[in-house]
Parts: sequence; structure tokens; C-alpha cells
Amino acid sequence: MRWLGALAVLVLLALPAVLGSYATTILILIFFYGFLGQAWNIVGGYAGQLSVGHAAFVGIGGYTAAMLSLERGITPWIGMFVGGALAAVLGAVIGYLGFRFGLRGFYFVLLTVAFAEICRIAVSNVDAVGGALGLYITFTGDPRQFQFQDGRVYYYIALALMLAATGVVALLERRRFGIYLAAIREDESAAEALGVDTFKYKMLAMVVSSFLTGLGGTFYAFYLFSLQPNAMFGIPLSVEIILRPIVGGAGTLLGPILGSFMLTPLGELSRLYFGQGGHHGLHLVAYGVLLIAVVLFLPQGAYPYLRRFFVGSRP
Amino acid sequence: MTAALLDVTGLSKRFGGLQAISDLSLRVGEGEIVALIGPNGAGKTTAFGLISGFLTPDAGAIQFRGRSITGLPPHRVCALGLARTFQIMRPFPRLSVLRNVMIGALGRHADPRAAAARAGAVLEELGLAAKAAEPAGSLTLSERKRLELAKALATEPVLLLLDEVMSGLTDRETERLVGEVRAINARGVAILLIEHVMRAVMSLAQRVVVLDYGERIAEGRPEEVANDPRVIEAYLGDERL
Repeated sequence: MRWLGALAVLVLLALPAVLGSYATTILILIFFYGFLGQAWNIVGGYAGQLSVGHAAFVGIGGYTAAMLSLERGITPWIGMFVGGALAAVLGAVIGYLGFRFGLRGFYFVLLTVAFAEICRIAVSNVDAVGGALGLYITFTGDPRQFQFQDGRVYYYIALALMLAATGVVALLERRRFGIYLAAIREDESAAEALGVDTFKYKMLAMVVSSFLTGLGGTFYAFYLFSLQPNAMFGIPLSVEIILRPIVGGAGTLLGPILGSFMLTPLGELSRLYFGQGGHHGLHLVAYGVLLIAVVLFLPQGAYPYLRRFFVGSRP
Repeated sequence: MTAALLDVTGLSKRFGGLQAISDLSLRVGEGEIVALIGPNGAGKTTAFGLISGFLTPDAGAIQFRGRSITGLPPHRVCALGLARTFQIMRPFPRLSVLRNVMIGALGRHADPRAAAARAGAVLEELGLAAKAAEPAGSLTLSERKRLELAKALATEPVLLLLDEVMSGLTDRETERLVGEVRAINARGVAILLIEHVMRAVMSLAQRVVVLDYGERIAEGRPEEVANDPRVIEAYLGDERL
């Protein structure tokens, strides 16, 4: 299993040498959504706290780095971490309200959606951060400004983000923290009875998850050169973030990555082909069909089944 | 009476119009086995909820090992050495049996390897070692009862609150579990148990406290309590009616 992982990483490292720019772009998106899915996986998958507002952290992270760069000339390499930190603060606020007041299930979902929507509407109405039109970043190709002439650099950054987040999750999974999160997901009261400070661990999961997601916001902004409130804070992005880990296997190490390899190309290709025929939005139908299939036939996501098929054991 | 490990005084809890517990006082000494019995709805499980921190009392004080634990959250109470089981068993169904017990052990052994070793020893003791790798959801009723006990035991408590761990078991299974509870107690763990299986109560408990409508109506040695007319009335109703 381990050498299989090493082999996969080597292949991914070598791929840009042989791939065309369109295939590279699709892989960048696979890695990026795999990264966001992995970050969500910590709180949504392992701890079982269903956040459907993770776009808020992407938005906060991206807008922070962009504003620091545009207004103060601070490099996005630093802005990225400032954005991550602010996203973590927002994550702590949402987590505190949700966990302190015992919001579970649908109520926690609503809380996270509400916060993301508040952020979206607020940013849309503040002209200092671009208002509804958003912000545009002029392309300079300066690496210090997180901009690269060679598109393959984005490929390696996105790959590094995904692998780093996966490394973080792999580390958490084996330690007490990860085991406690699984206990909280399975039965919170039982975990509490066994001495698990459920509030503290849910908060930690939320903070780590929102910090990582916030880092992703900088990549998103500086890869697309533009920030729109609807795109960066909207419910569609939140749904994109959670679909991949759910399809691939929430609460498993490789589920979000597997899910991204399944969904991202499907989304991009169907957008491309259906979009050309004037059938905009038909890619969402493809998503929907796949999602229904997974929920019906693989309710724990694709990864546990794939793993059982190859290894024959369960975690 | 030995020095009080758990000292509950004047405990009251009301749910809307129902006075679930009123003015309950209760002591458990070091290494003692006390049974809490009473008809259905007498407030036994509510008392456990209050003592273990899942419920907040309206009035009264709970002292454990000489310090107040009134109002502490359950995980703090557990960390102080008071562990409970649930009447409706709460395994972590998709996790393995070993993982289930590890979660209890991790509080005192932060390193997962040490916690796994400790959990393995508890499973061995309760005869569940062969099931360690199975998902907890696949266990039989009797095994799930013992898993519930194993999880609590892995937290290394000095006082165990057992909520009907014998119910629904066959005679042989009950006998076996009584033996295991006695062995746990022999190591110095005090036990407060809610139990309907009177055979288990009679053979285990040194003292019995009887609850009815949230009030303590009798207390004493098992054979005394069993012959107490108030207790018989609570269980069977007043024969004059």
C-alpha cells in the first residue's frame, strides 16, 4: 500500500512533462478540490460535523491575500497564511456558536450555510473590497506575486497543497486527536462519557479545517486572477467542497482525493461538451446522477469498497 | 460505614411537571458495591445522569473523592475516576471493538500504542479479545453488554456506575458477568449499579438503596430491603387496594 502511494506521487510529479495544457488544467482542479475536500474531511468526515459553509473560509482566505497584495503590496505568500489565520478565526466563531449551544445535524448545517451567506452578502455590499463586481488581479507573471508564466507551477503548488493536507490528515488519523474525532462522529455522548472533551476536539477540528481551507482561497484567487463574492462565498462552492469527500468516502484518508478524481473530470468534461451545445448546467445533472448512485450503492463512499476490494480489510 | 467516595446530598431534578428525583441522598464508600433499585420510572437512570454530569441538578450537591463535581461536564467527571455505562448501550458501531475500548483508555494513555495495549488487557479480562478486530456493531447482545463495561473500565475508574448491564442476558451469561463485576471490585473499584435482576443484586451488593417516584424509600443490606414492606409495596402495589 505504501509503495503504491509513493508510485502514484512519482507519476503525478512526472505527468506535466507529457500532458497538454487542458489535461494539466483538469489535474490542477482535481488537486485543488481534492485539497479543499481533504481540509473539509477533518471536521466534516472525521468529526462528523456537517459544515456546508466552507466556501466562507475560501472567500476569507482569498480576499485577505488579494487585499493585502492590492492595497499594501504584501506578497500573497504571506497573505496566504494571514488569510488562513482569519479563516480559522471565523471557523472558531462558527464552531463556538454551534458546539457550545449544542447544534447538531441539520441545525449545524443551517448555521454554517447562514454564516457563509452573511459573508457573501456583506462582501457584495462593501465597495472597499470590490463589492458585487469583485476584485481583479493584474497578471504580472511575478512568482513573488504568486503568479507564474509557466502553468505547470500551479500544477505543482496544487499537488503540494493536496499532499500536505493529506499528510496532516494521515498524522491526525493515527493520533489520539483523530481517534477522538471518530468517536465523536460515531456517538458524541458515549465519547463524552469516556472522558473525551468533545467541545474542545470539535473546536480544534473546525480550526484546523478552516485554516487549511483558507489557504486554498489564496490559490483560488491567484490562479483565476479574479475574486467574485458569489463564486468565492456562494453555496455552489460549499457544495463542490463537500461532494468529493462524500462521494469518495468521508472520514477516510484517501476518500476526498478519490472523489475529486471521479467528480472533477466529470464536471469539467460535461461542462465543456454540454456547454458547447448550449445546455448550460447539464454538468450538474451528471453530478446528481453520480451522487444518487453513490448514496444508493456505496453509502460510505467509494474508497472503503475499493480498499476492501484490494486489501480485503477494514479500518 | 467506610469513608465516602461518592457523597450525594439533597439531589433534586424536575423535568417539566415530573419530579424525577427529589431530595436524594446517597453514599458509596471506597471499594463498596451499592445497588440502586426501584420500579420502572423511579428515577434511577436520572440519578446516574446527574452523578455523571450529563444532567444538571436543580438542587443538591455531589461530592466525589472529597471534591464537588456538581455541574462538571461528563468528561471531567470521567477524568476524575468516575465512569458510567449506558442502559441503552452506546458502542461506536463502525469502529472495531479494540478502538471502542481504546477511546476509554486514551484519557490516561495519550499514546495510541499504550492505549491499545491497555484496551487489549481489558478485552482479555472480559473475554472479548477474540472479537477485538470486529466492528462493534456486529456483536451479540451479551458481547455488547460486556463491551459497554470494557469501555468504562478502560478509563481506569475508582467508581463504576453500571446501568442495567445484566438485563436481557441468559442465566449463564448473568453468572459470568456477576463474576467479572466481582473481580473488578476485588481490585478496589467501587461499584454503584442499577439492576432489575435481583439475583445479581442479592449476590453482589453490600448495600441496597431503593427509589420510588424519585425518593429514597429504603436502604440497607439486601435481605433487609427485600423484606421491607415499603419496598414490596412499591414493587407490587398496596395489597389493600
